[in-house]
Amino acid sequence: MHEAHEALILHSQVLWLIPVFPLLGFLIAVAANNSHGLVKITSPLAVLASFAVALASVLSLTGADEGARLYQHVYTWIVAGPFRADIAFRIDALSAVMVLIVTGVGFLIHVYSVGYMGHDHDCARFFAYLNLFMFSMLLLVLGDNLLVLFVGWEGVGLCSYLLIGFWYEKDENAAAGKKAFIVNRVGDMGFVLGLFLLTWSLAPAAGGALSLDFAHVEAHAHTLAPATATVIALLLLVGAAGKSAQLPLYVWLPDAMAGPTPVSALIHAATMVTAGIYMIARLHVVFEMSPTALQVVATLGALTALFAATIALVQTDIKKVLAYSTVSQLGFMVLALGVGAFATAIFHVMTHAFFKALLFLGAGSVIHGMSGEQDVQKMGGLRTKMPVTFWTFLVGTLAIAGAPGLAGFFSKDEILWHTWSSGHTVLWLIATITATLTAFYMFRLLFLTFFGDLRADHDVAHHVHESPAVMTIPLVILAALSIVGGWVGLPEHWLWGNKLGEFLAPVTGHPHAAEHAGMLGEGALMAIATTLAIAGATLAYVFYIRLPGLPMVLSWRLRGIYELLRDKYRVDELYDAIIVTPYVWLSTMLWKVVDVQLIDGFVNGLAGAVAANGTLWRRAQTGNVQHYALAFLGGVVLILAYYVIR
Amino acid sequence: MGAILFLVLAVLTIAAALGVILHPNPVKSALFLIVTLFLLAVVFVLLEAHMIAALQIIVYAGAIMVLFVFVIMLLNLGIDDPDRGRRQVVLRGLAWLGGIVLAVELALLVRGGPAGNTAAAPAGYGGALAVAQSLYTDFLLPFELTSILLLVAVVGAVVLAQKQRRPTIS
Amino acid sequence: MIVPTEWVLMLSAVLFAIGVVGVLVRRNIIVIFMAIELMLNAVNLTFVALARSRGAVDGQVVVFFVMTVAAAEAAVGLAIIIASFRNRTTVNADELALLRG
Repeated sequence: MHEAHEALILHSQVLWLIPVFPLLGFLIAVAANNSHGLVKITSPLAVLASFAVALASVLSLTGADEGARLYQHVYTWIVAGPFRADIAFRIDALSAVMVLIVTGVGFLIHVYSVGYMGHDHDCARFFAYLNLFMFSMLLLVLGDNLLVLFVGWEGVGLCSYLLIGFWYEKDENAAAGKKAFIVNRVGDMGFVLGLFLLTWSLAPAAGGALSLDFAHVEAHAHTLAPATATVIALLLLVGAAGKSAQLPLYVWLPDAMAGPTPVSALIHAATMVTAGIYMIARLHVVFEMSPTALQVVATLGALTALFAATIALVQTDIKKVLAYSTVSQLGFMVLALGVGAFATAIFHVMTHAFFKALLFLGAGSVIHGMSGEQDVQKMGGLRTKMPVTFWTFLVGTLAIAGAPGLAGFFSKDEILWHTWSSGHTVLWLIATITATLTAFYMFRLLFLTFFGDLRADHDVAHHVHESPAVMTIPLVILAALSIVGGWVGLPEHWLWGNKLGEFLAPVTGHPHAAEHAGMLGEGALMAIATTLAIAGATLAYVFYIRLPGLPMVLSWRLRGIYELLRDKYRVDELYDAIIVTPYVWLSTMLWKVVDVQLIDGFVNGLAGAVAANGTLWRRAQTGNVQHYALAFLGGVVLILAYYVIR
Repeated sequence: MGAILFLVLAVLTIAAALGVILHPNPVKSALFLIVTLFLLAVVFVLLEAHMIAALQIIVYAGAIMVLFVFVIMLLNLGIDDPDRGRRQVVLRGLAWLGGIVLAVELALLVRGGPAGNTAAAPAGYGGALAVAQSLYTDFLLPFELTSILLLVAVVGAVVLAQKQRRPTIS
Repeated sequence: MIVPTEWVLMLSAVLFAIGVVGVLVRRNIIVIFMAIELMLNAVNLTFVALARSRGAVDGQVVVFFVMTVAAAEAAVGLAIIIASFRNRTTVNADELALLRG
């Protein structure tokens, strides 16, 4: 659980460069708004520079003692009585993994964007936002305290809004951006309340000092009462649910597909949505103080995974399928957190970043080649026309489905193993079913897009072409990573074992021993999962290659269920009815009645009263001097009366 | 003896004053005012202000009132017709009431005032010499200022009463 | 001959009040002017009476000044009336209501 050893702190002078390079990239892109050529070079270069510094820093860390960390204090931000907050960065095992993922995959996506968005007349603005996002995300993962993390947290939310609604000329894009931001806000409210409560609750143990430093939290978290810890953990979970798209705050992610595909790849697959996972892993000491909260977390993750997977089964937009897949995979990560396997969750963050980014970029390549078409019902047979895209997409599909040896296999199986062995049998069952569904819908997507005959219009069909190298090279790199990326986390007794787990252990703690293994060992579970995955893929093969008419018949026969899934369980409509519509009604009422009638009415009425008063008294101003003189007389008479009476 | 004389003069003066304000014809009002001024001059003599009495007749009754009569004739004014409207009647009533109250209050205030001229006036009192001596020594500054005032009045009157020059259109 | 100062002052008060009423009641502006002259004369009377009761000439000097000013005022005032009459052909105070608010 909580280890009290003193961690070795190494001071670094360069950590601040990691977020600052993209910030510079942002400023350049803003200033050099019209020089597209310049911006297309400086933006990816800024991220590459960050990656280089991050890599160098992490390498310097691997030589040091276990549990050592790099630290840089940049600026003392707030000192107010017992409260102190600094702008400081740290790279320990956990943030090392995160920062490399963010900068590495981020760099590949920046390169890809040069090809994908290069011809857009507004691409300088795109790269500016992208760099700003990198800056915020890096603040989030490098922050040494919760305040810097929160600044980054908000920043990525902002950039997400800006990037989703990038093509704001279309109303639905702007609306999607707003939806993302607002739903995130709901989550943020929980997060902030959790932060307040945490800071306040830890103060007595720390002699009254209020601090949001991670070191402070780790040192004193064990003093939290279980009830307090539960409340804090659940509030933080609300924040994570918003950012990482879990029930009930996942609704923004599918809509976020309105943004350009590189945005979906970077933000909504590889980086921003993992912020919630990172946050919980980082604060695992708090969560571990409340078994209740952990149970809630695990259940939420499993349910979200299943829920989203069922919706993905029947979606026809290539990006929507991947979006729901992301929600589902995030559910897996949350499940891992909930059963105490924090390092495993981070492992899955990493592998998911590789193959999901790959899948999204591949989808982008398909959309690019299909002149903007996103409906898979109008695709087909692209295997021959876009070979590189096809092969890399195949690798990604195999990885996410859990094909043995590929990245997703190891991370997903580790999650399933820890779920089973910590006694959460029901959740294990849900997760395994979800994994099966995952294999099915991903292969469905693959088959519909790349196999069979091309079902597009004549003009589109004519233009289908493979994407340029600047887009396909990142695909290849990500494919390679999707293959080998899982090899750092092999099960314990295989070859070199779980290198990643050992690396992260000093920060994330050790998952409890597998007391409840019961009948099945890890190998047996692996076999079960793999068999089911193959079954899922085969079923997809049957449905979409062998008997293409079958899906149609089934969807007609089971049309109740089919429509429910296709309409995403009508959750958006539900939210609209119970939240949005009353809120809009309330706002309209406050506007039309309270503001216009009451407040304006009062103010105008006041002015009217004054004017009326003036009009009344104005009648004394007749312009007739004799009337005025009469008034004089009256006054004089009164004054003299005073003297007379005296 | 003086008191009785004064009483008679007072009654006549008041009557004349009332005539000024009550008579509808402005010319008659002017004439009544001239009568009032003359009567006041007599009262001045009674109060041994001979110089002032003379000035009253020459300047006031002689010059100023002539001016008034000239203007009345020039403007060829007719009979003054008071407005019979309700509002006007009320206001007029108020004015009369105010006037009466004012008179009563002032009368009450001056009761028990300074004693009468029991002591005999110093020699030469009220004559031109005495007035001039005071005027050109103690009151020299006001005297000079008044002369400027008269200059201003003259200029003003001339300018105001000029024939309007029509602007020439070129 | 002895005249009780008190009586003179009362006469002056009455004349003043009559002047005031005249200003307030008449519509012809020239008659209003004449009522103002009446008020000035009442004041003159007061000054003369008090000068006599004190035995000093100052009061009469003041009357001198009052007369001068009254003359100047009458001249200018009548000039204004004439100028106004040119534009408006009325000397009815009710109709000279430009100050109406």
